[in-house]
Amino acid sequence: MASVILQAEGLKRHFGGLKAVDGVDLALNAGEIHALIGPNGAGKTTLVSLLSGRQVPDAGAIRFDGTDITRLPAHERVRRGIGYTFQITAIYAGLSVFDNLALAVQRGHTRDLSRAVTEAAARVGLEDLLPQIAGTLSYGHQRLLEIGMGLALHPRLLILDEPTQGFAAGEIEGFMALVRGLVPETTVLLIEHNMDVVMALAERITVLDQGRVLASGLPVEIRANRAVQDAYLGGTHAGD
Amino acid sequence: MAAVLALSAVGLSLTFGVMRVVNVAHGEFFMLGAVLAWVVAQAVPSAPLGFVAALILCPLVVGAVAALADTAILKRLNYDPEATIVATIGISYILQQGALSFFGPDARAVEAPFSLRLQFPWFGYSGYKLFVVIAAGLVLLAVWLFMTRSRAGLVMRATQVDRNTARAFGINVDRVYAGTFALGAALAAVAAVLIVPIQQAHYLMGHDPLLLSFIVVIIGGLGSIRGTLIAALLIGLSDGIISMFFTPTLAKIVATLAVALVLVFRPQGLFGARA
Amino acid sequence: MRALSLHLAVLALLLALHFVLPAYHHANLARIMVLAVFAMGYNIAFGYTGLLSLGHALFLSAGMFGAGLLIQHFGLTAAPALLIGTLAGAAMAALTGLLALRTAGVSLMIVTLMFAQAGYLTLLYFGAVTGGDEGFPVPAAGRVTFGLNLAAEGPRYLVALGLFALALMGNLALVRSRFGRVMVAMRENEERSRMLGYNPFAVKLGVMALSGLYAGAAGAFYGVMFGYVGATFATIPYSILPLLYVLLGGAGVTLGPLLGAVLMFYLIDLASSHTTVQLAVTGGALLVLVLFAPKGILGSLRERGLASWLP
Repeated sequence: MASVILQAEGLKRHFGGLKAVDGVDLALNAGEIHALIGPNGAGKTTLVSLLSGRQVPDAGAIRFDGTDITRLPAHERVRRGIGYTFQITAIYAGLSVFDNLALAVQRGHTRDLSRAVTEAAARVGLEDLLPQIAGTLSYGHQRLLEIGMGLALHPRLLILDEPTQGFAAGEIEGFMALVRGLVPETTVLLIEHNMDVVMALAERITVLDQGRVLASGLPVEIRANRAVQDAYLGGTHAGD
Repeated sequence: MAAVLALSAVGLSLTFGVMRVVNVAHGEFFMLGAVLAWVVAQAVPSAPLGFVAALILCPLVVGAVAALADTAILKRLNYDPEATIVATIGISYILQQGALSFFGPDARAVEAPFSLRLQFPWFGYSGYKLFVVIAAGLVLLAVWLFMTRSRAGLVMRATQVDRNTARAFGINVDRVYAGTFALGAALAAVAAVLIVPIQQAHYLMGHDPLLLSFIVVIIGGLGSIRGTLIAALLIGLSDGIISMFFTPTLAKIVATLAVALVLVFRPQGLFGARA
Repeated sequence: MRALSLHLAVLALLLALHFVLPAYHHANLARIMVLAVFAMGYNIAFGYTGLLSLGHALFLSAGMFGAGLLIQHFGLTAAPALLIGTLAGAAMAALTGLLALRTAGVSLMIVTLMFAQAGYLTLLYFGAVTGGDEGFPVPAAGRVTFGLNLAAEGPRYLVALGLFALALMGNLALVRSRFGRVMVAMRENEERSRMLGYNPFAVKLGVMALSGLYAGAAGAFYGVMFGYVGATFATIPYSILPLLYVLLGGAGVTLGPLLGAVLMFYLIDLASSHTTVQLAVTGGALLVLVLFAPKGILGSLRERGLASWLP
């Protein structure tokens, strides 16, 4: 039986009348790649904000490695090992690639900062671009930098929020290889719209719709699930 | 006092509410109104007539100065909050200097348009002060009606809610901003003209009204006219009460700290929406 | 390396000037150096971390009165008084930060302004002790330490230079350290920094305290060196002053405050000898800077790529 690294129970987040997250349970097994899918507005980003600490839930509890982190502020969760990459690239556009990565690497109190940063850059293939100002990078490279920063935190759980958005086909391949190389030391929670990526990478999938869990399980189960097909997969092209 | 304070504070509140600009020079607009009133009073020999002339001219002139400042300076900064504060500080210094150079460092007195002492059984009250309260009340009412009933007021409020949407609707946001800034300044000037027969005109007189207006606007809630009015009333009246118990300095200390603490713990003040 | 050489060169230049400057400019430069320390502290908070405070006069005067009152009423000599004054500045900044840093942007500006005003008014309220608006001269005995008479021009300049050198090199080290990187990260994108595990409040509070340390030192030394302690140093213009110096010289550049201090000091000096319009000069300078050169002289140079290695 796989050990559960993250357990969320009964999470709720309402904005006035809008029930963005309405009673969600989620369990992530240590070392797995878990995908979170659902139509736009299903509440995926809100749910992930609750998990990462960017927002506080109205109700429910979150346990990480057995400890209750529901009231823990975001920066504390990062220190405990939950890493998050932004959906809209949030790198430091005015700083160099080196500085961007250094800010993540510094968290680990390494002795040789230069070397650790170079290693972090190499993991995403940016080692030649270290002195360049991040804002001048191409979009694809900026996304890679974003992911590189998340990785440099050496998190136990890495949350990737629509990481392949804007990637070309070749870049997607490289990205998938990267993610496969992360497990099982790291657990990965992936929000994705690209169904090819989801089906290829995910060991388990949770489907969210209107703030509630529609289905959760193995990819083949999800694909066969009627309700999921109606709400999300059916009638629209995969990979939208 | 409270009435005049309300006028001045409403001016500040308008500027912040619609434009999201904190105008540190607001006190200087007040001062400018007072100084110009003195100039007008010197030019027109008869006191009542001079007063009326001042009441009309000064707000217009001050409003024009404000509109100029807005188009020349603030607009170019794209109303970035921090930059505009620095810019308004610069403007306030220049205005102070202007007054100092042209007006001189002394306080000058202006005659009241009429002196009437109404004798009530338990306290005498200068008829002029009563007039001030009534006049201020009328102006405030006019402003309120303007904001809520007229088309221009509607335009201003729309721009307050969402600048970009207003622009998309064809509203010339720049003109609205210049107009709002001018109106805010003009209100301060009116307040000054009303008060100048009671106080005197002095190039440094902008500081106290500025601080008090700030206090009122913040406690009442940035952007809420109703809150500003109620806060002005509260503060203007309590000022009298507080000065019975505390020395003026201590009262100011309390007031200043109150503003800071309100901003820290309850940024929306009493009635405002989250800015 | 280039940066280090430049900084050392500047310090060497200032030392050389000690021997060649005529008395008037010699005294001015001593003053400027202490004010530059004040501005450097402000730069740490504003230029590097993006905290626009309008209340730094509070920390300056905390240092000044901390040292001055101890000398006046308790007979301390210069060294311990200076030390305590410096620490007072830091403490005041930390206390203010605890409350003020719960806000940001415009609210932060107003809250710091209010705290500073309250501080000034408190100084007036306790006028019996603090001398109120007039202030008081610092007793001669309190201006001597380690055999150096800080009231005399020679030692005064050298001590000011020593303080400035310490402050400058400290600033340089800070800016190039890991914490320096975090400061800039907070300014550039606070949310991202939070999601990298940095506690925004803790970082900003540390920055405020450090900024207050510089300001307190500047205040304490200024009072002891130039012999006068007064509540004017707690008024709003003294909160605007470091902002002006930093904006002019270059925000976020270590040498910016010094450059700004030198230029502004002499600009006002020249202006007041020809006309009486100092206020307008200050106001005009602020406007021109904020409209056309918000990064200041050195900052604009750095941006244009002419000196991109300036720390």
